[in-house]
Amino acid sequence: MSTLGPSDVAYVAALARLAFSEEEAISMARDLEQILGHVRSLDALDTDGVPPTAHGFDMPTPMRPDHPEQPLDPELVVANAPAHQGTAFLVPKVLEEEG
Amino acid sequence: MSQAETLLAGSLTQQREGLDRGEVSASELLDASLARIAAHAGLAAVVSIREAAARAEAEAATKRIAEGKPLSALDGVPVLLKDNIVQAGEPATCSSRILENFVSPYDATVTERLQAAGAILVGRTNMDEFAMGSSTENSIYGPSHNPWDPTRACGGSSGGSAAAVAAGLVPLSLGSDTGGSIRQPASFCGVVGLKPTYGRVSRWGLVAFASSLDQIGPFGRTVGDCAAMLEVIAGHDPRDSTSLSEPAPRFGERSGNGLDGSVEGLKIGLPSEYFVEEGVEPGVLSRVREAIAELESAGARFIPISLPHTEHTIATYYLIATAEASSNLARFDGVRYGRRAENVKDLQDLYQRSRSEGFGAEVKRRILLGTYVLSAGYYDAYYGKAQRVRTLIRRDFEAAFGQCDLILTPTTPETAFALGAKSGDPLSMYLSDVYTVSANLAGLPALSMPCGLSEGMPVGLQLIGRPLDEATILRVGDALERRTEHHLARPTAFAGGAA
Repeated sequence: MSTLGPSDVAYVAALARLAFSEEEAISMARDLEQILGHVRSLDALDTDGVPPTAHGFDMPTPMRPDHPEQPLDPELVVANAPAHQGTAFLVPKVLEEEG
Repeated sequence: MSQAETLLAGSLTQQREGLDRGEVSASELLDASLARIAAHAGLAAVVSIREAAARAEAEAATKRIAEGKPLSALDGVPVLLKDNIVQAGEPATCSSRILENFVSPYDATVTERLQAAGAILVGRTNMDEFAMGSSTENSIYGPSHNPWDPTRACGGSSGGSAAAVAAGLVPLSLGSDTGGSIRQPASFCGVVGLKPTYGRVSRWGLVAFASSLDQIGPFGRTVGDCAAMLEVIAGHDPRDSTSLSEPAPRFGERSGNGLDGSVEGLKIGLPSEYFVEEGVEPGVLSRVREAIAELESAGARFIPISLPHTEHTIATYYLIATAEASSNLARFDGVRYGRRAENVKDLQDLYQRSRSEGFGAEVKRRILLGTYVLSAGYYDAYYGKAQRVRTLIRRDFEAAFGQCDLILTPTTPETAFALGAKSGDPLSMYLSDVYTVSANLAGLPALSMPCGLSEGMPVGLQLIGRPLDEATILRVGDALERRTEHHLARPTAFAGGAA
């Protein structure tokens, strides 16, 4: 498997909505490559025909009665927002104004 | 020393007796706890307290108990929560800059259950940021210190909860365990810590790290104390679709099938992969072998077993845990709660800079790793592979439990390491969880309890049970405690009441 360098870090960081300086990217690449080096030991295991485990136990999806419940008070919810107007979250403009 | 200070240093059982006999009131016990937390602020175990509310609750508990109507074994007893378990109106920073001003609008299910049982929630404990770490060094509050030796780590990620119980600040606390984050700090600090079966305790209100592995559990000074706390917090919760529907037994019962001191006829497996001379401190092996001899003389039978995929558990764990973390932590985007970067260009910039400024280095490292192993072209080779190996690890345990009733191992290969010793080497920090991660991968209940000292530092013994069989590991742990005095050992600086 290919090794991971600073340019891969920049690509993955963009996917994860993170930004790194060049210096940080080099150090992260080194750490990740060391961890992936250890992780690649799994390649030696034959897992053909072995089903994946997503949870420790297989359990059916539980059902519950479909009763409406009182939601959290919207005022309380937006109290933690960095910016809000009424009970709406404020974010920078996503669409340019039509001109 | 006042009666309250003396009792605070003792077990839950002793505090219960003191409260019910009227020797001490819940308010006096809370005062003693608050005084001790303040006196030992240098441990950095507690990161916030809720003094006024706790005092009002303690007064109400004092009244109930005086009327002979305690709500539960925990009524009037001071308790601390790890800072990733939410309580309405209280902060929940997860030791992260990104949540430094967050105030929870709701209660976790465990918080509700503790309050309904009358426990006095005194405050919140230090942890590794978002529970990512094994030393409580990745924290905006600075590292917690080990009460046995302040130059050493108290373990992590629930290090503050373990140190608080070891230092006698409270008799009980809650932590969370994703790969050993309750058991490893319990081992390092010489207290009991229990990770219940996955799904036994609701995760509603636990800030998610790796959802298929996370589980909330108690810290206490004795096995019986942890059993009593588990009894309060366990049970189905319709708000957590992974919470098990099985009713929770009366874990704290001291008769019937409960903590009756008997281990006669139990078969205990010793996995050869965990008892290797190289890589395990000799003092750790010696203490664990002494505990084995003690249980053997009490009538338990020990048999050799094998968990052949043990060497692959860390790799499997760090792939699955980081993949789940990268998804769970996507919610911290500077929009609905948490830190937002200033002077941003656009929404993408807001996301990227809020996250980059808000998360610490280890959290970023794990988000990157998780994002990478889930990314196109790598998913099958890394994440898919890890899920298949997880099946093999689970099968190892199923085969082992065909031969034995429970499994005994050291909790960690070494005693508490020095602060700073591993913080520059992520892989070496990850490898310190080698004996604990498999119980999370397989969803099994596991507890760590003290089994003596090695060069002055506590050694932890781990008992791993069948799914849903907390009762057996609690019974064996309690039986060992009755025959030994390791649980009574206290760090010299914290042996008495308030300093």
